[in-house]
Amino acid sequence: MLNRDGQSRSTFWATVLPPTLWVAVFFLVPLGIVWLYSFGQNEGLTGISLTGTFANYVRAFDPLYLQIFAKSIFVAGLTTLLCLIIGFPVALAIVFADEKSRTWLLMLVMLPFWTNLLIRTYALIAVLRTEGFANFTLEWLWNNASGVMTFAGLAPLGDFQPLQLLYNNFAVVVGLVYVHLPFMVLPLYAALDRLDKSLMEASLDLGAGHLRTLFSIVVPLAMPGIVSGVIITFVPALGAYLTPDLLGGPDSQMIANVIERQFKRANDWPFGAALSFLLMYATFIAIAMRSYLTRGKAVDAHGI
Amino acid sequence: MDVMSEKSAKSLVKPIISFRNVVKKFGSMVAVDNVSLDIEPGEFFALLGPSGCGKTTLLRMLAGFEVPTDGQVLIDGQDMGATSPNQRPVNMVFQSYAVFPHMTVAKNVGYGLKIDGVPAQDIETRVQEALELVQLGHLAGRMPDQLSGGQRQRVALARALIKKPKVLLLDEPLSALDAKLREAMRFELSQLQQKVGITFIMVTHDQDEALAIASRIAVMHKGGISQLGTPSDLYEFPASRFVADFIGSVNMFEGTLLKDEPDEALIGCPELAPHAIHLPHSAPGNVNAPVWVAIRPEKMNLHKNSDEPPPVRDCPAAHNVCKGVIKEISYLGDTSIFHVQLANGRLVRVSRPNRSRYDQDNYGWGETVWVSWSGSSPVVLLS
Repeated sequence: MLNRDGQSRSTFWATVLPPTLWVAVFFLVPLGIVWLYSFGQNEGLTGISLTGTFANYVRAFDPLYLQIFAKSIFVAGLTTLLCLIIGFPVALAIVFADEKSRTWLLMLVMLPFWTNLLIRTYALIAVLRTEGFANFTLEWLWNNASGVMTFAGLAPLGDFQPLQLLYNNFAVVVGLVYVHLPFMVLPLYAALDRLDKSLMEASLDLGAGHLRTLFSIVVPLAMPGIVSGVIITFVPALGAYLTPDLLGGPDSQMIANVIERQFKRANDWPFGAALSFLLMYATFIAIAMRSYLTRGKAVDAHGI
Repeated sequence: MDVMSEKSAKSLVKPIISFRNVVKKFGSMVAVDNVSLDIEPGEFFALLGPSGCGKTTLLRMLAGFEVPTDGQVLIDGQDMGATSPNQRPVNMVFQSYAVFPHMTVAKNVGYGLKIDGVPAQDIETRVQEALELVQLGHLAGRMPDQLSGGQRQRVALARALIKKPKVLLLDEPLSALDAKLREAMRFELSQLQQKVGITFIMVTHDQDEALAIASRIAVMHKGGISQLGTPSDLYEFPASRFVADFIGSVNMFEGTLLKDEPDEALIGCPELAPHAIHLPHSAPGNVNAPVWVAIRPEKMNLHKNSDEPPPVRDCPAAHNVCKGVIKEISYLGDTSIFHVQLANGRLVRVSRPNRSRYDQDNYGWGETVWVSWSGSSPVVLLS
């Protein structure tokens, strides 16, 4: 008995200690240092003195930065909404696909995950730029339409003006939606897949159409998945750095770009740290909202 | 003339459901193979068969969740074609009950009426009526996760019946209930059916359930209907070895038809040698051709050991008997099943009702006994 007790205690520490140390050394301690920096001020070129000042936070509430925060939240929110609108039908289609193609469809959703973000972003640049594939396609359509109109005896359409698809807010949102779509599709798929299909059949059987069934049965029962998907998409989209940096124009910077500039070009670590923590608090609020929205709603979607 | 009268006799009762040469394939797998079946209004009909026999597919084609690959499905004379489930005059009780977990009992039951645009006032009255019908009037405000399995099933029943369907479809309605409740619900289901007068069609793999509830049963096997009839038809006059074996338990003997006269038939079975099976009537099949003989365990009798075989009623001496040793006794309370091993190793099951509280030890393990059956007990089968 004693032996077993001792054994289970050593097993407990053996399994608990390594991950605890890992989290402490590689996450909590660096995070704590940055947190402390946020209450400090620059001293010379490299030194930071921890003076306990709130000046960095006060500065962060300057309208200039608040505006960027607000814009980041708006862009991340729009990205999340678009991901939901695109992702929900995609997830639903995968759930209802036959077993063989389901694996492949899920694979197609996840494939971009395994490709470097930088490469994907540059590929998107190749698609969106003035001399890119999107404009090539549009030009081809334009010229053909023009040809048809000439053929029909109407005035031709004039020269094709390539659309400015890159280096603006549009490109940033397109890029963010593209990058974050899997984050939305996977939790939605998980929630919809768990849903008992006979619940939908029962709704149809009772006279409801497909759309009615979708909104009365599927969406309410998939709500935990929808909320998860929204949070999991919104949080990384809010902190997006590479996408607005590469695809955005001068007015497209998001909060992460500002933070990066503080740490690198401006060499203002304390201010960068303060902004980082404000971003983190915003994330915490989003996650808290999630648990608030799904509280007590652990409805078993298996169909009771 | 004959054809005319037959035709008019047939159309006296217009079937509420007609399957006409219905075929359903999933890829290369044939789930339903050329089924034709008429179901009359007011019947409690059961589709009975082992899993994978196509019974659920047949039911789902009625509900509209599957579309036949070939053939026609008619409901009340109307070809359903590819009519979607929400346009059909049938409602279904699902195996999992499919009670919407995010709605109260009342909301669940009223769901179909709300979709039909029934005024809220009427919905409330009719929901209460429907809930009273299934004795759940007091639970209208509950959420489904606060209900027991049996109560959820009642909700599913009320939810389907409130739409006043022409046919109620039940997919394995009792399979998720525990044994005691299942028995009570059998009785309740048939009571309910008589009360509302709607045609019920039930899918089940449980032969006891089908025998107990249904007025007519179609036994399905490998996508087709093996036999169609009343419960006693199927039990007492099975048409094939599959039906005899699937419904109830049976002792099956392989043999040869030795003699076939209008008032006497003899069948020799190697397993029962030297005794033969005697029937006081003619048997199907040709003389000297192989046949199968099915005898129900409760239609066999046990006799104490003796040198001469015991006399059997309506039967020449030394026929319809065999001798063996009791290898095992399964005591089931109301009956006991005796497993009697014949000299050649074959086991024969004989069941006896335990009529008295004291004589159950009449026959013991290892005892040598005679087994007999009357001439009317065996069923001769050709397939």
